[in-house]
Amino acid sequence: MEKELKLMKGNEAIAEAAIRYGADAYFGYPITPQSEVIEYFMEQNPIERTGMVVLQAESEVAAINMVYGAAACGMAAMTSSSSPGFSLKQEGLSYIAGAELPCLVLNVVRGGPGLGTIQPSQSDYFQSTKGGGHGDYRLIVLAPASVQEMYDFVQIGFDLAFKYRNPVLILSDGIIGQMMEKVEIGPQRVRRTMDEVIKQCPWATTGKTANRERNIITSLDLVASRQEEFNRKLVKKYDTIREKEVRCECINCDDADYVFVAYGTSSRLCMKSMDLLRKEGYKVGLVRPITLFPYPSKIIAGLAERVKGFLTIEMSTGQMVEDVMLAVNGKRPVKHYGRVGGVVPTPEEIVDAMKNFMKGE
Amino acid sequence: MAKIRGAVKVDTEKCKGCSVCLGACPMGVLDLAKEVNGKGYNYCYMKDPEKCIGCASCAIVCPDGVISVYKVKVD
Amino acid sequence: MAELTINDIIKEENLVYKKTKVMTDNVMHYCPGCGHGTTHRLVAEVIEELGIQDKTIGVTPVGCSVLMYNYLDIDMQEAAHGRAPAIATAIKRVMPDKFVFTYQGDGDLAAIGTAETIHSCNRGENITIIFVNNGIYGMTGGQMAPTTLSGMKAVTCPRGRDVNTMGYPLHITELIAQLPNVRFVTRQSVHTPANVRKAKAAIRRAFENQKDGKGGLSFVEIVSNCNSNWKMTAVDANKWMEENTFKEYPLGDIKIDWEIQEGKISLRNRKLDY
Ligand SMILES: Cc1ncc(C[n+]2csc(CCOP(=O)(O)OP(=O)(O)O)c2C)c(N)n1
Ligand code: SF4
Ligand code: SF4
Ligand code: SF4
Ligand SMILES: [Mg+2]
Repeated sequence: MEKELKLMKGNEAIAEAAIRYGADAYFGYPITPQSEVIEYFMEQNPIERTGMVVLQAESEVAAINMVYGAAACGMAAMTSSSSPGFSLKQEGLSYIAGAELPCLVLNVVRGGPGLGTIQPSQSDYFQSTKGGGHGDYRLIVLAPASVQEMYDFVQIGFDLAFKYRNPVLILSDGIIGQMMEKVEIGPQRVRRTMDEVIKQCPWATTGKTANRERNIITSLDLVASRQEEFNRKLVKKYDTIREKEVRCECINCDDADYVFVAYGTSSRLCMKSMDLLRKEGYKVGLVRPITLFPYPSKIIAGLAERVKGFLTIEMSTGQMVEDVMLAVNGKRPVKHYGRVGGVVPTPEEIVDAMKNFMKGE
Repeated sequence: MAKIRGAVKVDTEKCKGCSVCLGACPMGVLDLAKEVNGKGYNYCYMKDPEKCIGCASCAIVCPDGVISVYKVKVD
Repeated sequence: MAELTINDIIKEENLVYKKTKVMTDNVMHYCPGCGHGTTHRLVAEVIEELGIQDKTIGVTPVGCSVLMYNYLDIDMQEAAHGRAPAIATAIKRVMPDKFVFTYQGDGDLAAIGTAETIHSCNRGENITIIFVNNGIYGMTGGQMAPTTLSGMKAVTCPRGRDVNTMGYPLHITELIAQLPNVRFVTRQSVHTPANVRKAKAAIRRAFENQKDGKGGLSFVEIVSNCNSNWKMTAVDANKWMEENTFKEYPLGDIKIDWEIQEGKISLRNRKLDY
C-alpha cells in the first residue's frame, strides 16, 4: 500500500492518530498551545468517521474524570491539555492510576509557574515523571521530538496503557504542538466492538451479565494492609515497565567524549549544536530519552563508564538533570543548561554551554 | 369472611434496632427485643403477631432491608 | 379450623416482600436508621423491576455512600469527590444503551462537584442523578454543607449557620430544574412507608426516562437524615426532618417531562428576619 503523507501540526497529528487508532473517546478543555487538538477533532466529527465520542468538557477536572469513566468501561479514552490544565488533571490521574485504568493524556507544555506564559517550555518534567498527583504512582511518559512522533506515540501510548492498565502521558511542548511537518499516516483501524472490548477488558464496567461477578472500579481500600499490598503490586508493575519499556536514542555516542542529554524540542536543538561542535572537531554525542518514565538510567550509567561528562539541555531550571545525576551516580560531572519562561535556547548558545562545560567551567 | 393474616421474619443479626419500622407499622405489631444481637443492637421482633396484616410497611422503610413479609388469606 | 401459627404463615409461597436480589448480602456500614440504606434499596428494587441489572452502571460518590458498590450487585465505578456526573457523562456517551446513574451526597453534589453537576444537567446527559440531601457532611463528622439549614449547628458552624456570612441553604435542585435539558426533577424522602412508595415511583420514572429515546436528565433529590451527626435517634431525626428540613426543602415533583410544575419554583428573597 502506498504511504500517505500529510503536512500537519503536531496537535493535529495527535487527533488524527487517535481517530485512526480507533480510539473510543476524547474529552478536552481549550488551552493554548494545544487547542488545535479538540478543534481538529470537532472539525473531523469522529462520531461520523469511526463512532469515536468527542466532548468539550466544562473543565480539565471534568475532562480527566470523563476519561476515568470511559476508561473504566474498557474504552480507549484520552484527553489533552497544557500545563495549567494539566495541573488540574492531577486529581483524576491519581484516581486513574489508583484504579489501574488505561488512558492516554497529552501535555503540550508551556512556561509556568502559575498562568506563566503560552510559550513552550519543559518545566513540567517533575510533575510528569514523579507522579504529579497524590500517592505513590507513575505515569508512563513518552517524549516526542517531531510531529511524526506525536502521531506514532498515540498508538504506542494506547498499546502501553492497555498492556499495563496504566495512564500514559505524551509530554510535548508548545513548539512540537504548533510545528508543521510531513507525517506518514497509518491506515484507519476499525474500533473494537463491544464484544471485543469485553474480551480485552474483562474487568471493565460494561454491565454485570449473569456469567460473571460484578465489576467494581475503585481506588479505595480502607484496610491499610491491603492498601500496602496494592501499592507493592504497583511497584512491581513499574519495575516491569522499567525493565521492558525503556526507549532511548543514542546519537554519536560511540566515540563521544562528552554527551548532551535532552528530550523533545531540546533534543532537536542539541542535534544542531552537536553538528556544529563536531565540525569544530569536538567529539560530542547526544542521548535522547524517548521514555522519561521509565528513564534510560542504565544506558546513561553505561556511558558514564567512558565519557567525560554529561550536559543536560532543558527548557527548565534543571529538572531532568537530577535523573541523569542519579544514573551517573557521581562518576562524572553532570551539569544543566537551560532557558526558561518560554524562551528557547539557540543552537549557538548550547554550543557555548558545552564548550564551557568541557573547559570545566 | 376472608381475613388477611401476615407475619414478618426479621434477620435479627442484621437488624440495627433503629426503630423506624416500629412507627411505620399501622397495627402496632413490632417492638424491640430486650435482648441484643451479636452486634449489640436490640433487634426488632413481632410483639403482637396476631395483629400483623402483612402490609409490608415495616419492610419498605427498614433502612437495612432485614424484614421479609408473608401473607395468607384465611377463609 | 385450628389457629394459624406464625410458622404456617412464614412459608415461601406466602412471601410478599423480601430484599431484592440486586442487593448483596453484605451488611451495610450505615448508622442505624440512616436513609442511605433505604435509598440504596429503592434503586436496587427499581433495577430489578425494570430488569436492567446487566445494563446498569452506577457511579458512587465520596461521602458516607462511597461504599455503595459493596451493596448493589451491579457494575459500579467509584468517583473522586464531586466528579460522579462527569464520569457518568462519559459512561453514557460511550455506551448509550446502558442505564447510568450517580448517587451523591449534598457535599459531593452541591459543593465540590457543583460544576460537574450543573454542566452534566445543562448538557442534558441521559442519566439519573440520585441526590441524598442530609444537610451535612456525614462522612467527615458533621461539618456544614451548602444545604445546612439556617441557624442549624454543625461542627464547622458551632453557633449555627449564619446566612450573612455563609449564605442561605443552597437549593441546587431548583437551580437545576430551570435548565432546559433537564427533564425530570423531584424531591422525595424515604422515612415513612408512604414516602418510600413515592420515592420509589420517582426513581423508577427517572430510570425509565433513559429508555424511551427522548433523552434529558432526571434528578431525584431524597431529603434524608444524619442521625449520628444531628445527634438524635433515628426516629427523632426523622421527626426533626419533617418539622424543619421539609420547610426549607418541600417535597414533591418540581419538573415532569420538561414542564416545571406550577408554584414549584419561586424567587427567594433575602430574608433578614431569620
Ligand atoms: C478532594 C476531597 N476533599 C475532601 C474530602 C473529604 N470528604 C469526604 S466525604 C466529604 C463530605 C461528604 O458529605 P456529603 O457529600 O454530604 O455526603 P454524606 O456523607 O453526608 O452522605 C468530604 C468533605 C475528600 N475525600 N476528597
Ligand atoms: S427498621 Fe429494620 S433495622 Fe431498624 S429496627 Fe426495624 S428491622 Fe431493625
Ligand atoms: S407487615 Fe404491616 S402489619 Fe405486619 S408488622 Fe409489618 S407493618 Fe406491621
Ligand atoms: S454519618 Fe450520617 S449519613 Fe453517614 S451513615 Fe451515619 S447517619 Fe448516615
Ligand atoms: Mg450530606
